[in-house]
Amino acid sequence: MSGECSLSGPEADCIQLAHGGGGRAMARLLESLILPIFDDPELDRRHDGAVFEVAGPLAFTTDAYVVRPLEFPGGDIGSLAVNGTVNDLAMCGAEPRYLSVGLILEEGLPLAVLRRVLVSMRDAARAAGVRLVTGDTKVVDRGKADGLFINTSGVGRVLAPAAIGPARVVSGDVVILSGDIGRHGMAVMAVREHFDFESTIESDCAALAVPVAALFAAGVTVHCLRDLTRGGLASALVEIAEAAVVHIEIEESRIPVRADVGAACELLGLDPLHVANEGRFIAVVPERDAELALRVLRARHITAGAVAVGVVRPAPAGQVFCRGELGVSRVIDMLSGEQLPRIC
Amino acid sequence: MCLAVPGRVLDIAGADLLTRVGRVDFGGVVKEISLAYTPDAEVGDAVLVHVGFAITVLCEAEAARLLAELESLGEWGGGEGDP
Amino acid sequence: MRFREVYRDGAAARRCAAAIARSLTRPWTLMEVCGGQTHAIVRYGVDRLLPEGIELIHGPGCPVCVTPVGYVDQAIGLAERPEVILCSFGDMLRVPGSRGDLLAAKSRGADVRMLYSPLDALALARAEPERQVVLFAVGFETTAPATAMAAYRAKREGIANFSLLVAHVRVPPAMRALLEAPDNRIQGFLAAGHVCTVMGYEEYFPIAERYGVPIVITGFEPLDILQGVQRCVAQLERGAAEVDNQYARAVARQGNLAAREVMAEVFTVAERRWRGIGAIADSGLKLTPAYADWDAEYRFGIVTEAPEAVGICRSGEVLSGACKPTDCAAFGTRCNPERPLGVTMVSSEGACAAYYRYRGTAAGTDR
Repeated sequence: MSGECSLSGPEADCIQLAHGGGGRAMARLLESLILPIFDDPELDRRHDGAVFEVAGPLAFTTDAYVVRPLEFPGGDIGSLAVNGTVNDLAMCGAEPRYLSVGLILEEGLPLAVLRRVLVSMRDAARAAGVRLVTGDTKVVDRGKADGLFINTSGVGRVLAPAAIGPARVVSGDVVILSGDIGRHGMAVMAVREHFDFESTIESDCAALAVPVAALFAAGVTVHCLRDLTRGGLASALVEIAEAAVVHIEIEESRIPVRADVGAACELLGLDPLHVANEGRFIAVVPERDAELALRVLRARHITAGAVAVGVVRPAPAGQVFCRGELGVSRVIDMLSGEQLPRIC
Repeated sequence: MCLAVPGRVLDIAGADLLTRVGRVDFGGVVKEISLAYTPDAEVGDAVLVHVGFAITVLCEAEAARLLAELESLGEWGGGEGDP
Repeated sequence: MRFREVYRDGAAARRCAAAIARSLTRPWTLMEVCGGQTHAIVRYGVDRLLPEGIELIHGPGCPVCVTPVGYVDQAIGLAERPEVILCSFGDMLRVPGSRGDLLAAKSRGADVRMLYSPLDALALARAEPERQVVLFAVGFETTAPATAMAAYRAKREGIANFSLLVAHVRVPPAMRALLEAPDNRIQGFLAAGHVCTVMGYEEYFPIAERYGVPIVITGFEPLDILQGVQRCVAQLERGAAEVDNQYARAVARQGNLAAREVMAEVFTVAERRWRGIGAIADSGLKLTPAYADWDAEYRFGIVTEAPEAVGICRSGEVLSGACKPTDCAAFGTRCNPERPLGVTMVSSEGACAAYYRYRGTAAGTDR
């Protein structure tokens, strides 16, 4: 993190080590910046933890966010951190309620950037109907944190009538994809050094709790949910096929990829199936509920592009095949390691 | 090897042949590409791009010919259906 | 983009495959030279559409795979110098040298950067005058013009903190070497379309004539490859051995003259070792004496040969088409993309990686 930092005067314009020291500087940071933006009565109590009641079985999740660059078309590390945890809870069949926020700030992080990220988190939380009720702040030396790392944990109330997970996936089930893939990964790539390109691709970063809850409310039997993040659609399908010991077969022509996202992938030699998403999920439902599930999802903005992409079969178990344009199938697997743009 | 992608030239900047660049549209995403090796490329041309360089202007007439050839394969073979 | 989707049409592909089947009176063995073509064949299942009797041998068309170990070691050594920023293409970062790959060196603190274009390295040199930017230049003749332009402009603009470690290779000498091999089974070639976009195809006439093999300059989309096979088989069936240009929309007989001119100014031909295959005369490119000041080997040290790992890995045979990935006992068992034993599994263009990724491991993928 190179950055000009005005150290003169009482108000520095970027984060210094003192801000994480637990003393006056940190108190000032909380009072003047963090708390007013988050604006939550529980947070304002400035207690060591939040106290609340939630009836019924609970879902609990945690995640860390280290995206680079911090800000990208369609979102930033803040909206990612809120929606990512909200979505993990939704994938457990839960209604997200409360989130914790752990901030690891790098010495030298401009306060203006931090402000934008915090506002983004607040807005994402409001849109998702969750509250940010407890948090922590630490500061590390320059060079140790890419600007900012965020950890969020979340608690939600389980809505699903029966436990959802790979164990319930059976042969004959239909795999539904909630919308077009590859936007997030390519939106971030578009602002990465050397690989930058002009585009209107924006991250699909969004909260998925509402459409998921709608599925349960409509009485759709849901066997499994999985949100697509790093590793893309391919990883999600392979994880389910392996955990459930089933075979999944998808049709390439059914998988929606926006033209410009596809073009960006071609340009960099990437496969859309492996590109990251932040506002998409797959639902595995019994065949008899597939029509209803699609109707419910398509009625909602964020899942308007929902489509059935494949089916579950008994064998060959643990594998995912994709039938391509030429009518021949190929194996879909997770990528090993980081996706390096294929250039030559 | 040699991942080269077709794109369409939107505009061109630079008078010097060596440093001439074009904004090339690859179907919704646009990248600035060196036209040093395609001095005859004009706005509206389709070019083939490899590691940031246009390596040729694509010939649309030849492309049409190939597709017509592929179309004609079905005709004289006729009636065999899909394998 | 009209130049993409139309070349992937399933119905046209099946018609083409049927036409090939009709024309066949005996089995033929062809080689597609370029890794990008292998990738397309395996990904789209072109080989599965072809009739029994057509065998496609995958060629050593992955310049990343064939880069000698010594070059990778040199690149790692350079990257470990604090003043150096080592730049290369994504694929190159995972190719193992004697002691790991460039990505591993990066994790230990070496400044290794991935680029889209060689011009990015030049821009980096201008932006960081205190550092030594080294471009690890890999690729066939398709990529050589881009590297050449970076060198050409560095010299013209007097950018002193920039140098190139050149490991470019040339395709026609490799084709000759394969045809000279005692166990050669190649009867016809699908030549590398984009290499020919740059170089043209004059060099192939003497090869076709000397060895009696048809050579069809072929593109990279499934329909290009199918049409390439169709035209090659048609020649074989009538006993011809000509050079034919299937990829006419992108290839002219003389190639790209502007690119060839700059390449001739910057590069000269040299002998080069191909990993897994051995030394092939005239198969490498190196900087001319006029560019010695930008040659990383002059600036930092000449690349020395390093032994290739011996063992169960059959990369070399896969690269020369002597065996298929699935013929190797380690394929999918001891060797996979997570724990690759050889280069053909490491590089995404390598035949083993393509097979593993799109076909899995043996059973259950036949359809």
